[in-house]
Amino acid sequence: MSATEREVAGRLATEIARLAGEEHVRFMEVCGGHTHTIYRYGIPSLLPENVEFVHGPGCPVCVIPMGRVDDAIALATEETVTLCCFGDLLRVPGGRGSLMEARAEGADVRIVYSPLDALALAEREPDRQVVFLAVGFETTAPATALTVLRAAARGVANFSVLCNHVTIEEPLRALLGAPGVALDGLIGPGHVAVVTGAAAFGFVAKEFSLPIVVSGFEPNDLLESVAMLLRQRHSGRWRAENQYRRAVSDEGNLAAQAVMAQVFTRRARFAWRGLGEIERSAYGLREEFSRFDAERRFAVPGITVPDPRACRCGEVLRGVRKPWQCGVFGTACTPERPIGTCMVSSEGACAAYYHYGRLGGLRREPAVGR
Amino acid sequence: MCLGIPARLVELPVGESAIAVVDLGGARRAVNVALVADEGLVEGDFLLIHVGFAIAKMESDEAARTIADLEALGGPYRDELEAMNRGSSR
Ligand code: SF4
Repeated sequence: MSATEREVAGRLATEIARLAGEEHVRFMEVCGGHTHTIYRYGIPSLLPENVEFVHGPGCPVCVIPMGRVDDAIALATEETVTLCCFGDLLRVPGGRGSLMEARAEGADVRIVYSPLDALALAEREPDRQVVFLAVGFETTAPATALTVLRAAARGVANFSVLCNHVTIEEPLRALLGAPGVALDGLIGPGHVAVVTGAAAFGFVAKEFSLPIVVSGFEPNDLLESVAMLLRQRHSGRWRAENQYRRAVSDEGNLAAQAVMAQVFTRRARFAWRGLGEIERSAYGLREEFSRFDAERRFAVPGITVPDPRACRCGEVLRGVRKPWQCGVFGTACTPERPIGTCMVSSEGACAAYYHYGRLGGLRREPAVGR
Repeated sequence: MCLGIPARLVELPVGESAIAVVDLGGARRAVNVALVADEGLVEGDFLLIHVGFAIAKMESDEAARTIADLEALGGPYRDELEAMNRGSSR
């Protein structure tokens, strides 16, 4: 942070303190990227104690149910299959270990940066069945959709996708509609909104009478978003506002929406870790692209595995429990040996808190560099 | 994976290809720009890159600031760059 940015941060913090007054307000940051920034920069320490951040379900690694990990492992252990995934997914625990463990036992699991890398691998190694383990919200779903279109255009016969793409809207509806969730506003996920548009979050205001501000990922973006939420609260009129104008428009990326509509259809329901089954919450491949659908090409077991008993990820993902309120946090569950998914990705609330927030409260000064 | 990285466009795609070249922390990377092709791209534009695809054009001074902040952020940004280095994305 530069000196000017620090000054802006200070001004915003003062405004937030003034607007919040004595009231206890709870704002949920939906996106794991925001959770990460909040802890990394010690933002809570800049704000009065009555302004609380509640962590939401927007980390795609965190919400993958164990059964889906087991499905991926089952595919990876097939003789002919090469399973490609993002690096964050290697340690995600399934019911029977992780992809990393499967790889150590001889499964062909490879890390890719982009779905296009998996497609290129399929073209290079025509004897292998290359399966891309696709995860992510609307931010990454268009990339998978374009890759499938490219595979179709190039007639790549040995490429398929194990699709776990999810939508942010339905889990938010489920969460906001559930009893006992006391929130005063939402910090909207900036990079999902790049694709969906800020206006897509209008339902939060309309259906749940809550303010929502789509936010950027820098510390001052988050501070400004909190100030905007509080200003809405004072005005008493709820709407979806956009703080992240430098990347997000009202209508979103129309080209990305179009390729998603072309390739994906909504599944009737999908299981989420800790949140149970949620209707219409995930994307599957359309019939026309069934030859690229790993679930149709292979016999995927599709078993449901209950979350481990010790794990509080569900409550962490719904914002009703803080990471350190889980009995195994930092002891049995660490980033090296995670029990729950929230400890795996650096965007998970437990991992973020473990890395930055655990020792003696949060920093007074926003951290710069390492 | 979810960390979007702004990068400066240095070479526009040629012909039918959707592959452009961006500058990322001094290194050149190929990225797919099909999703922002309608935005009238010119060299020097800042693009927000996710898993090998540009998903938005960004305002440039703000993007430059984001890059500086990401560099200060260290860990996850470095991981993302390393992941990009491993994959060719062509
Ligand atoms: S500490 Fe581990 S088990 Fe507990 S909620 Fe976090 S990730 Fe889940």
